Amino acid sequence: MVNIQTQASNQDSLQAVDMMLNLGPQHPSTHGVFRLVLWLDGERIVRAEPHIGYLHRGSEKLCEREDYTQIITLFDRLDYVANLNGELAFCMAAEKLMGLEVPDRAWYVRSILCELNRIASHMLFYGVYGLDTGAMTPILYGFRERERIVLLFEAVTGARMMHNFIRVGGVKQDLPEDFVQRVNKLTDELKRGIEECDQLLTNSELFLARTKGVGSIDGPTARDYGCTGPVLRASGVKEDVRVSEPYGIYDRFEFGIPVGSNGDCWDRYYIRVEEMRQSLSIIEQAVKQMEPGPIQAKVRRIARPPKGEAYVRTESPRGDFAVFLVSDGGDKPYRVKVRAPSFANLQSITHMLRDAYIADAVVILGSIDIILGEVDR
Amino acid sequence: MTALEGLFYGLGAAGLLVFLSGTVMVLTWLERKALARIQLRMGPMRVGPHGTLQPIADVAKLMTKEDITPSWADKRVFWLAPAALLMPALLVWVTIPMARDLVLRNLDMGLFYVIAVSVLSVMGLVMAGWGSANKYAMLGGLRAVGALISYEIPFILAVLGVAMLSQSMDITRIVDDQRSIAYIIVQPLGLFLFLVAGLAELGRTPFDIHHAESEVVGGPFVEYSGAHWAAFMLAEYINTFTVAALVVLLFLGGWRWPAMPGDGALHTLLSLIWFLTKTYFVILAIFWIRGTFPRLRIDQLMAFAWKVLVPLAFVNILLTGLVLYYDLGWWVLTILSLLSLAAAFYIIFGRYGSRAERMTVRVYSTRELGLKPAVRPQAAPPPDGSPVQVDKAPAAGA
Amino acid sequence: MTTPQEKKPAKPERATHRREPEVPVAPAALDERGKALAAILPQVFSGLDVQISAAMDEVVLAAKPQDVPAVCRIAKEDPRLDFDYLRCLSVVDYIERLEVDYHLFSLDKRHKMVVKTSVPPDAANVPTVSGVWRGADWYEREGHDLFGVVFDGHPNLRPLLLYEGFEGHPGRKSFLFHEYDEW
Repeated sequence: MVNIQTQASNQDSLQAVDMMLNLGPQHPSTHGVFRLVLWLDGERIVRAEPHIGYLHRGSEKLCEREDYTQIITLFDRLDYVANLNGELAFCMAAEKLMGLEVPDRAWYVRSILCELNRIASHMLFYGVYGLDTGAMTPILYGFRERERIVLLFEAVTGARMMHNFIRVGGVKQDLPEDFVQRVNKLTDELKRGIEECDQLLTNSELFLARTKGVGSIDGPTARDYGCTGPVLRASGVKEDVRVSEPYGIYDRFEFGIPVGSNGDCWDRYYIRVEEMRQSLSIIEQAVKQMEPGPIQAKVRRIARPPKGEAYVRTESPRGDFAVFLVSDGGDKPYRVKVRAPSFANLQSITHMLRDAYIADAVVILGSIDIILGEVDR
Repeated sequence: MTALEGLFYGLGAAGLLVFLSGTVMVLTWLERKALARIQLRMGPMRVGPHGTLQPIADVAKLMTKEDITPSWADKRVFWLAPAALLMPALLVWVTIPMARDLVLRNLDMGLFYVIAVSVLSVMGLVMAGWGSANKYAMLGGLRAVGALISYEIPFILAVLGVAMLSQSMDITRIVDDQRSIAYIIVQPLGLFLFLVAGLAELGRTPFDIHHAESEVVGGPFVEYSGAHWAAFMLAEYINTFTVAALVVLLFLGGWRWPAMPGDGALHTLLSLIWFLTKTYFVILAIFWIRGTFPRLRIDQLMAFAWKVLVPLAFVNILLTGLVLYYDLGWWVLTILSLLSLAAAFYIIFGRYGSRAERMTVRVYSTRELGLKPAVRPQAAPPPDGSPVQVDKAPAAGA
Repeated sequence: MTTPQEKKPAKPERATHRREPEVPVAPAALDERGKALAAILPQVFSGLDVQISAAMDEVVLAAKPQDVPAVCRIAKEDPRLDFDYLRCLSVVDYIERLEVDYHLFSLDKRHKMVVKTSVPPDAANVPTVSGVWRGADWYEREGHDLFGVVFDGHPNLRPLLLYEGFEGHPGRKSFLFHEYDEW
């Protein structure tokens, strides 16, 4: 504040200085507590410096004092919009160390819930992205669809958000009896909802003007930054963990991977819209294929995986959510490292922000779709 | 000025102030309800039936709120800014008629006066932006200057087209000239220009860059609270009402109703009702736009003003002049106006090509990307033992 | 400011870690891509002092700290390896040594590898790889923050997750949890 007032009055000759603008941590468009320091020349961004860590809770360290069942609750709170995807990654890492065969039905339950969670997460993105570009209506449509999914989650897991549902070797409990009817009804509703959302925002001329060609990043640079998920795919890299390192039962489904070509904000946005449709198709196939059966492999009550290291990648809504689990054979992990997709994607913001306007900064940050819970861990 | 005239103007001004404040309260409620309707919500429902008393609760809340002055603020500028914005908003209404005789003072150069006074409101925004000593506020204030001054030009040029048609700047005469045919039919291009430039003048979506919540967090108003913030909102809503009223007066035939019944007081009352009905429809359209569109970026906003609206405004004046000079029928102007409007829409909406051209995302199937489809095992064998020793038979979901 | 390290443990340390007397080791089982990769690795890194082994389904390449940038450069630029994606960079504290793991993946060839290097905890210096993959930048800052590994040559090793002036390295095993009992 001192800058802008004294610079003009104290100096004999007026000198142009870049204005430093603190975007966040309490700014409505930073999606949490993210701070972006911008140096501005008028409305243009000269330099940008991201600061994270405002939500650092030491989750990785906390994992070292909890046993394997307790840790699942910590993973709910990393990516707090796609909780089940986080739980899944950790449980898969423990299962890999223990060499567990997870029963088929458990995998179907997991896949259906995780894909639903992907849709819920993308719906949140869709709404918030509308707000970022200045349209205030999409968020309510996005939340209507998300609410439907969350209600189903409540019926299945007992919680709307922090589910604590996926277990090492399976899932906590079987699906409710009317699950298939409910999920069929839900997919019908979601199909209509996604189309409605698509019509509301995607082809609006103003939305195109705000997102086409903004914040573009090319494929090699995106790889260099370690971007994954929609951010990487928007740049034309055909990479999806479900395809490049298939896990679970994803090889039993036929689905599509949307890949962009410009790497700009519109591509990143539309890839997510398209992914929602693909997730719906996976859910429909999974519901058809699912058969009754056990939902939990035999695991001793307090799991003690053998000594070793497991690195497991999963495709969370934001990209490659990986867990590096080191066990020394005890009932608690020796070290857990979470490879959060938002963390790596967020690094590339300095590249995307070159020559952008302030208004673009908000749109670009929104298009990366960060969740500070997993960035700061 | 006699004492009687003084009394008339005094009471008239007071009446106008009360009327405008009441209008603003209705508008706040209407905007929230209209947006709620668009957004699958109910809007205010608690205070009074369908939240109709909500504006009163809002006023009570705003008046009793603490007025905060930021310690770095330039205090005189900071406190004068709401007045600087509110004054022009009120002054404009001196000469805006709501029915034939329902006007405080009809001026021969009424339109000129309206434009001249309304330009002043930008001063209030800049003062608020500077005085708050907040970078977001200052950015917002500067954005307001840029946007408002740019859009002033197409705004004035669009008004000029109307003034040419009726050969007058007296608003009452302009309305009277529309007795047979409203100017929206003669000059659709003019209406488009006036409405778009008016939206930008108001700083409403999609031109609300100066108080964009997601970018500059409310812009010039970010540091204000309580009654001073209320003064800003009062000015903003009065301006919205003004622009809507001008649209009705200049293009939609004002209070004129084909074959208006009665005369005298009844006539004035019916005119007023008809005028307000039209105005509220225009306002609802403005709210509708707000609920639909994203926001433009500042460079796009400027480009739109200078590269699209200003040339179009000149085309509008040129066409009007040609038609008037050669004394062609009004329908010639209608056709020419519609043609240029179509050309403008073609340029605006053709920018990103057809839907197929702008679709840069392609969906690859998993097989294309090399995922070998698995053969589903029929009747999977039960999981028989794991590498880890089992010491207790686990119940499913233990 | 007092850090938890300076606090004297009020109680005898709880037996937090229960372990089997004999700990089984997770078996290594490489898939086809892993086997093919393990076969060509000795040729690719013939000039460098590296050990190649396997753990679970990953090919492990152990290198000396000072060789890490060279190893990573080869891993990224050699067309047979083409590791263009740094999956993760993590530090593990084994008390007597700090291990830095670079998980690599090739987006086109879809094979993977881990590069491991160990440094003593009191002189934890590893040359930076942020010049090889730009994405390594924040991972290294995080490793510096939480484990005190100094990545030599890193352009900007300021605290990332912790605030400026925080003392200690909370990721290390020697950094104790606050003493409280959970139920």
